[in-house]
Amino acid sequence: MIYLDNSATTRQYDEVTDLMVRLQKDYFGNPSSLHSMGFEAGNYLFDAREEISRTFPYDGRIIFTSGGTESDNTAIFSVCRKMRRRGNKIITTEVEHPAVLECMKRLKEDGYQVEYLKADVNGYVEPQALKAALDENTILVTMMAVNNEVGTIEPVLPCYNIVQEFNQLYGTKILFHTDAVQAFGKMSFADAPFDLISISGHKFHGPKGVGALYVRKGVDIPPYILGGGQENGYRSGTENTPGIAGLGLAAKMTTENLFEKQMKMAKVNDYFRKAVVEEIPDVQLNGFEEQGMELTDFGTRCPSVINFSFLGTRGEVLLHTLEQDGIFVSTGSACASHHTGDSHVLQAMSMNHKEIESAIRFSFSEFNTLEEMDFVIDRLKAAVARFRRLGSFR
Amino acid sequence: MEKNLYIVRCGEVALKGMNRPYFERVLLERVRGALSIYEDVESRWIGGLMLVRVPETVPQNDVVRTASKVFGVATVSPAKCCVPDMEEIGKTAAAYMMDIIEKEGIQSFKVKAKRVDKTFPVQSPDIGRQVGATILKTCKVLHVDVHDPDVLLYVDVRAEGAYIYRDKIKGFGGLPLGTNGKGLILMSGGIDSPVAAFMMAKRGMRIEAIHFHSYPYTSQRAQKKVEDLCGVLAGYMGSIKMYVVNLLPIQEQIVQNCPEDETTILVRRFMMRIAEQMAVKKHDMMLITGEDLGQVASQTAEALVVTDSVVKMPVMRPLIAMDKVDIMEKAQEIGTYDISIQPYEDCCTVFLPKHPVTKPKLKNIEKSEEALDVDALVKAAVDSAETILIEPKK
Repeated sequence: MIYLDNSATTRQYDEVTDLMVRLQKDYFGNPSSLHSMGFEAGNYLFDAREEISRTFPYDGRIIFTSGGTESDNTAIFSVCRKMRRRGNKIITTEVEHPAVLECMKRLKEDGYQVEYLKADVNGYVEPQALKAALDENTILVTMMAVNNEVGTIEPVLPCYNIVQEFNQLYGTKILFHTDAVQAFGKMSFADAPFDLISISGHKFHGPKGVGALYVRKGVDIPPYILGGGQENGYRSGTENTPGIAGLGLAAKMTTENLFEKQMKMAKVNDYFRKAVVEEIPDVQLNGFEEQGMELTDFGTRCPSVINFSFLGTRGEVLLHTLEQDGIFVSTGSACASHHTGDSHVLQAMSMNHKEIESAIRFSFSEFNTLEEMDFVIDRLKAAVARFRRLGSFR
Repeated sequence: MEKNLYIVRCGEVALKGMNRPYFERVLLERVRGALSIYEDVESRWIGGLMLVRVPETVPQNDVVRTASKVFGVATVSPAKCCVPDMEEIGKTAAAYMMDIIEKEGIQSFKVKAKRVDKTFPVQSPDIGRQVGATILKTCKVLHVDVHDPDVLLYVDVRAEGAYIYRDKIKGFGGLPLGTNGKGLILMSGGIDSPVAAFMMAKRGMRIEAIHFHSYPYTSQRAQKKVEDLCGVLAGYMGSIKMYVVNLLPIQEQIVQNCPEDETTILVRRFMMRIAEQMAVKKHDMMLITGEDLGQVASQTAEALVVTDSVVKMPVMRPLIAMDKVDIMEKAQEIGTYDISIQPYEDCCTVFLPKHPVTKPKLKNIEKSEEALDVDALVKAAVDSAETILIEPKK
């Protein structure tokens, strides 16, 4: 099996699985319980929080959630509630994940003003556009760090600085949230200055159904989920102790030797890109060619993702052909029998239907190798040639 | 344990002259089969009625629903029974009405009596009058309303007993399953074919299914959808055998060698050929399709002539003259509609030409087919068929 759909989800580290099994079998106490079993479970929670904290600026707050979507929802709705007397404008981009975009739709219904920054052909949002969009009515800017479909590293750092300058100049308190679900584990957030950061466990070899929201020191947001007051009242609901412990361990493991892992992924990615471009005619790379390793490398592509359009074929057919050889990838359009299923990100990049329909995303992890790429390219070449001969009929 | 009595009536089964004992025996078996999910059920024929006794712990609605789903059942009534004696009948009827008053607070009623046993000393109108009088005496709150009664009470007096009931809950009607041979339905996954299969089964035919896919052009989810549809149908007719054939090798040959606008009709002819050979192999007597005159290009009168000419076996098209809205309504009644509208691509749409011929000429089509090795392609397809046994959905 060659798994190249790591942006969808990743294989859990075995160590994480073992730890979670241990918690589920032996340390199943409720951290809120006063007895020793509750205490033990609470210790695992404490350790996990430490591990995650280490990957962010040290004095921030970590709120455990059910995943990236809940982190995004919490950040957005809680900021809106906190700032409801200061203004009602939110700025985001048109290439965000639905976890953000659907919140925007809801807020719009509730009377908020939402401005979507446009992306260029590489899915890149110009910081100058943010400058123009900011006004004294703005309360929140939310912007993803790495795009999930084409891997573009967005200029979150310059955008953050623009917001800070604006805040100083006009005395506003605009907050900056970034969805780092794709970026975390692929680049360092140890010095990230942002107010709020969303991460999700299963994107970096951790468990599904658990994630976290980092909140910078000095930022206080009201809770989004109410109840028994867990997580210091910031997120109620009995803690998912096995998941949170797994999340902590996965965060620790994925950020160990991060640079080497980045280099390896970048090498595999580059090797694959060159081979595809050389060996398969009429291929279009969607996104930047150059790769970047840090948040400061905005305007490049994250080595974990690459997106190609194999013109004259249909992505879904290639996907099902590759899966017969044990190669798992993802397409740019969800449901081929209805033309409405085209990816909003690729549409925002001014791609036409034919280009979107033939798009495939390959996403890598630290486990992928160069040898795997040789096999993938061989199978891919055969599949593309076969289906081009048949024609796509639409 | 106390048991509740149900009267099950057959519609047409009673009309079948000399074959009547056979049909009755089969229907009894089918009803027993359906009710075998409950323990300790008794059922037998008495005169033209099937009497079923089910322990009173089973909710009446469940029994009625299960029994009314059996093909061949016209109506089902929960009933009370007593010895055929005027005093007893009066008592039982009054107790029955008291029960209804308590539950539903009705105010008026009417008695409709029938004397099946002509040796019974009281004539039908008199039975009605006397039972009505007894009820009036016992239940002071009631009055008689012959035009618009709250409850219409039936009294059936027979030699072996008198039966008192109110509702006749309609079943599907039709004939008992297995009394009319075995047919093979071409199941696409659309709205029509499950309805066609249902309608034939309702007339007593056992059903097997054949499904064509074009993997990797279609996905596994498309096949799962057809399996789910068969699962719903199996709820009415017991487990269904489904044969699955990959049509892609044939479609590839057609696309490469034949005129584009004839693709659909040529593919259709291959489906019929493969289905016929499969039917012969599996001892199915006829083919069934969900075709509906004029609905799509391959279902115009001309196209049907061209597809029909490749098979010798009779092809049943139970929906041929129905309107689409009526078919959709039927699909909703059966419970297949919501599954059918899931948007997965099926093998009929993957190579859909832009402008398919709507009035194909047999001569032209046969000429186009000369470019193909028809027999070899059909044989390969039949040999490659997989069999899946679909169990009823719980």
